[in-house]
Amino acid sequence: MIAGGILSYPFMVNAFEAGTIVAVVCGAMGWFMVLRRQTFAGHTLAVVGFPGAAGAILLGISAGIGYVAFCAGAALIIGAAAGTAESPSYQDESALIGTVQAMALALGFLFVGLYHGNLTGLTGLLFGSFLGITRGQVAALLLIGSGAMIALGLIGRRLLYASVDPDVAGAAGLPVRALAIGFLVLLGIAVAEACQITGSLLVFALLVLPPATAQVITGRPAIGIGIGILLGVAVTWAGLVAAFYSPYPPGFYITTFGFGAYVVARVARGINGRRSRAPTAAAAAAGP
Amino acid sequence: MTAAIDHVAGLASMLSHPFMRNAFVAGTGIGACCGLVGYFVVLRGQLFTGDALSHVALTGALAALAAGVDLRLGLFGATIAVGVGMGLLGRSARADDVVIGSVFAWMMGLGVLFLSIYATGGSGANGTAGVSVLFGSILGLSATASWTAALVGAGVCLAIVAVARPLLFASVDEAVAAAAGVPIRLLGIAFLGLVGVTAAETTEAVGALLLLGLLAAPAAAAHRLTTRPGRGIAVSTALAVGSVWAGLALSYAAPSLPPSFSIIAVATSLFVLAQALPAKTRAF
Repeated sequence: MIAGGILSYPFMVNAFEAGTIVAVVCGAMGWFMVLRRQTFAGHTLAVVGFPGAAGAILLGISAGIGYVAFCAGAALIIGAAAGTAESPSYQDESALIGTVQAMALALGFLFVGLYHGNLTGLTGLLFGSFLGITRGQVAALLLIGSGAMIALGLIGRRLLYASVDPDVAGAAGLPVRALAIGFLVLLGIAVAEACQITGSLLVFALLVLPPATAQVITGRPAIGIGIGILLGVAVTWAGLVAAFYSPYPPGFYITTFGFGAYVVARVARGINGRRSRAPTAAAAAAGP
Repeated sequence: MTAAIDHVAGLASMLSHPFMRNAFVAGTGIGACCGLVGYFVVLRGQLFTGDALSHVALTGALAALAAGVDLRLGLFGATIAVGVGMGLLGRSARADDVVIGSVFAWMMGLGVLFLSIYATGGSGANGTAGVSVLFGSILGLSATASWTAALVGAGVCLAIVAVARPLLFASVDEAVAAAAGVPIRLLGIAFLGLVGVTAAETTEAVGALLLLGLLAAPAAAAHRLTTRPGRGIAVSTALAVGSVWAGLALSYAAPSLPPSFSIIAVATSLFVLAQALPAKTRAF
């Protein structure tokens, strides 16, 4: 058995466990993110972890606290501001998101500069250190990951309704805006956890690629989320195995396998000639 | 009084340093094209595309470093190619969010690959070049590089001004513009190409990770301050150039602040100020 060789190294066992947890959480969260066309917000939440961690290191507290504080904080800013503008258009929202993102990264750069930290630390924060995960990190990841999944499970049905047709959901008495903010905060927390492992730049790949592939394959929510999770886990495992046997980093393999699956799914759908059956809040939001 | 004199003297001495002069020359061109292009990026709701292109710039630059060719070749080559490519793929030259996200998630993976090839390439001193791609090195530009940057910036501005009228039309009401015979698809593709040039250009100043701020914040502030396009374009350009100048001066005054941080911080403050202005003072 090939895996036997790999799994005899404790750091690989940790990497597999952490990667699996991250992939499961990202698969489920990402499915809603893709459905709601919030990829830009998701990407921004992902990179916001970097200044959080850098700031926490500067202050001498645990990087984990910094990740969660910054990601959840940015989620609140984006969620709160998006709904309050008189004309809550996509334009305004994306301008705000872009500004939050750039400012956060600039802060991160400042913190790293002030810390006089070494440059490897910087690339570690940005690109992750998949192979240096401790048991404690895996346990923390499991705790927060399952918390986020339970919370998502509790609001999932209503969130789906509010995502697919916000107007009707609002008319039916659902707190659409609170759901939107709640989802962003959950996404922020999930991403904060994940980017400690994958780095700020790569968590986005696990958030967007497997769920986007799943939505190309099926429009049915439960099956789609399941496919997203399975694909995420498969891609992560394959990436870790490939990286183990080669000199290149896991992040490269994970994104490449994920992107490959996405392209294959799109091409296959193109050949089948079927229309997208993804739930179509999508189509409306993607409009001109 | 003496403080004021000190400040004037400080400003004069700031410009007596060649590296500061170079930074101001390059920064003016870069700020102007970010402000101009950014106005349309925000108007067309294409900031996520700008975000994607900034990461493509990162990957392109790292690829050039890994291959040992001129950094700018990778930067401009990658951003222009991907910009035009996204224009070609997307419906009426605007790619779908999820497609953009998927492509650029993979681009970042490639960036990691190139970084690791480059870092293990043994050319030695090399975390620094990678970091300057990520966060820029406007104070490290040579005189030639800064004049090139200023000229490229001016070229982009001219190109945008030349197509401003039809582009505005196409951005505000695509269907009517198309009916009136505006070649919206071609315009959209050309525009994304220009965004690509801007992204590559700006990477040299504030870095791939921060250029989004210079595209988004001044333009969003301008959109907030006025709805009239001519004025908005002027305000956006002025705010972007002003952010670069003020940021450079701030970093000169407080050397522990990296210039790319100061520039983005000034731009963000302007954005926040514009948001905070009460509705009456706005020209809505």
